[in-house]
Amino acid sequence: MDSGVALLTIFVLAVFVGFEVISKVSTTLHTPLMSGANAIHGVILVGAIIITGRAETGVELGLGLVAIVLATLNMVGGFVVTDRMLEMFSGRRRPGQVETEETRR
Amino acid sequence: MNVAVNTAVNEPVHSAWVDLAYLVAAVCFIVALKALSSPKSARWGNLVGAAGAVLAVGVVFASERLDHLPLIIGAIALGTLCGVPAARRVKMTAMPQLVALFNGVGGGAAAIVAIVEFLRASHGELLAALLATVFTVVVGCVSFSGSMVTFAKLQELITTRPIVLPGGRWIGIGTAALTLLLAIAVLVTGLTPAMVLLALAALVLGVLVVLPVGGADVPIVISLLNAFTGLTVAASGYVLGNTLLIVAGTLVGASGTLLTRLMAQAMGRSVTNILFGAFTAAGPGGAGTAEQRSVRSASPEDVAILLGYARKVVIVPGYGLAVAQAQHTVRELADLLAERGVRVEYGIHPVAGRMPGHMNVLLAEANVPYEQLREMDEINSELPSTDVALVVGANDVVNPAARNSPGSPIYGMPIINVDQAQHVVFLKRSMRPGFSGVENELLYDPKTTLLFGDAKETLAKVVAAVKSL
Repeated sequence: MDSGVALLTIFVLAVFVGFEVISKVSTTLHTPLMSGANAIHGVILVGAIIITGRAETGVELGLGLVAIVLATLNMVGGFVVTDRMLEMFSGRRRPGQVETEETRR
Repeated sequence: MNVAVNTAVNEPVHSAWVDLAYLVAAVCFIVALKALSSPKSARWGNLVGAAGAVLAVGVVFASERLDHLPLIIGAIALGTLCGVPAARRVKMTAMPQLVALFNGVGGGAAAIVAIVEFLRASHGELLAALLATVFTVVVGCVSFSGSMVTFAKLQELITTRPIVLPGGRWIGIGTAALTLLLAIAVLVTGLTPAMVLLALAALVLGVLVVLPVGGADVPIVISLLNAFTGLTVAASGYVLGNTLLIVAGTLVGASGTLLTRLMAQAMGRSVTNILFGAFTAAGPGGAGTAEQRSVRSASPEDVAILLGYARKVVIVPGYGLAVAQAQHTVRELADLLAERGVRVEYGIHPVAGRMPGHMNVLLAEANVPYEQLREMDEINSELPSTDVALVVGANDVVNPAARNSPGSPIYGMPIINVDQAQHVVFLKRSMRPGFSGVENELLYDPKTTLLFGDAKETLAKVVAAVKSL
């Protein structure tokens, strides 16, 4: 297959997958989901490493290194922040439950 | 190192396992997004996503012939050393601006990658690749500068109200037209100066797009820019012929677009209205006359009596509660009231806080039992039979203007109908309007009582007063 068309095929299929995976999500999780998606596009780091590794002039090298720093911030920071948010959700089923039932009445 | 060995030998052989590894990484990202849409699997999903990212970076090091290796590793180390502490130390209340910041630097990185690729490319390049490069630079730059403005707004470095420059609409249209012209110039001539000008014009455009967006809508813009950044990553992937970047970028672009729409729906807005509303709406309605009107404020003791002898109290927490770290005091109050036989519930608006779902994150951090929290629709049906609605540091999410005044920037947003309760008690630091910059009529309602001061201190006084009832 012509490589341009192959890449286009991948793109189109990924659009559908992208819509499909988050089609049903509660408002509660909007913030972590946004943050998680944010971390995933930090994968531009891969591109930044490739272009820096091929750099021939000082300008290319300098720009490439800046791109690596920024992309790393995006990726690493994004995953860590998302994890912290989600940690909050996991630790919530605790003593309160009994009190809650009383409070309700 | 193995880097040299790999490249010296036959390219096609290693590209098969590289592509396979990229496929695995792409699957990790898909699984991560899927898992993030359910609370049970979300944290695990995020780890799977991170593992995919680590795998992808590992593959690059193993498969590409990379010059400047020490510098590359140094740059990654620098990024990690800045990113991890920032992410670990940020307060939960400041989370949205950090997400905006991370998104912005991602967009910037994508734009830089495209520019460097443009500098390297011979001019006999395919038009499609050049088009993708130009797209990446424009959208990446818009995303970068736009995110920086959203960061500044959320951090309250600049006003959260919509900023419309004199003739703003025309400046915006002019800049957009200039950007388009420069983009065509780059496509036709392939000249480097044109590319530099294009990047600058796109940076200005990003600022102009986000400035007119008002406070409460900023998070939706972050989500939109997030989707943009995803698309630029996909376009970079096309230019570099890298399937992983295409898949990951497109996933984020598509899911981010959908998420933006869902978030806008949760606030009863359309995305176009959010972006261009400030140009058409007639400013914050009635804010000018508001200052002179009288409000009713009361002492903590008065409020304690009101609460202590009520049958049913609904607490509506907002960002102000979280900032003041008043969750524990609120809970103490709720327990005290429950002991006196008062029925207490919390009403949580889906967009309370700075982002959709932010309040749930903040309260979860404070160990408020999840089971006490009622969602908006549930609590709204109970408010007419509620004696006292206690609003702690929330404003926009209870503002009846969203229901009653079509000219208001927040018109159409579903709200918690505290105005239907018999009495409303507002805990506020000052008369300043909420994050959206819209005045709340409810503050002047005769059945509303205001209690000024820091939420935590004021609540502690109310708690003491309830104890001595």
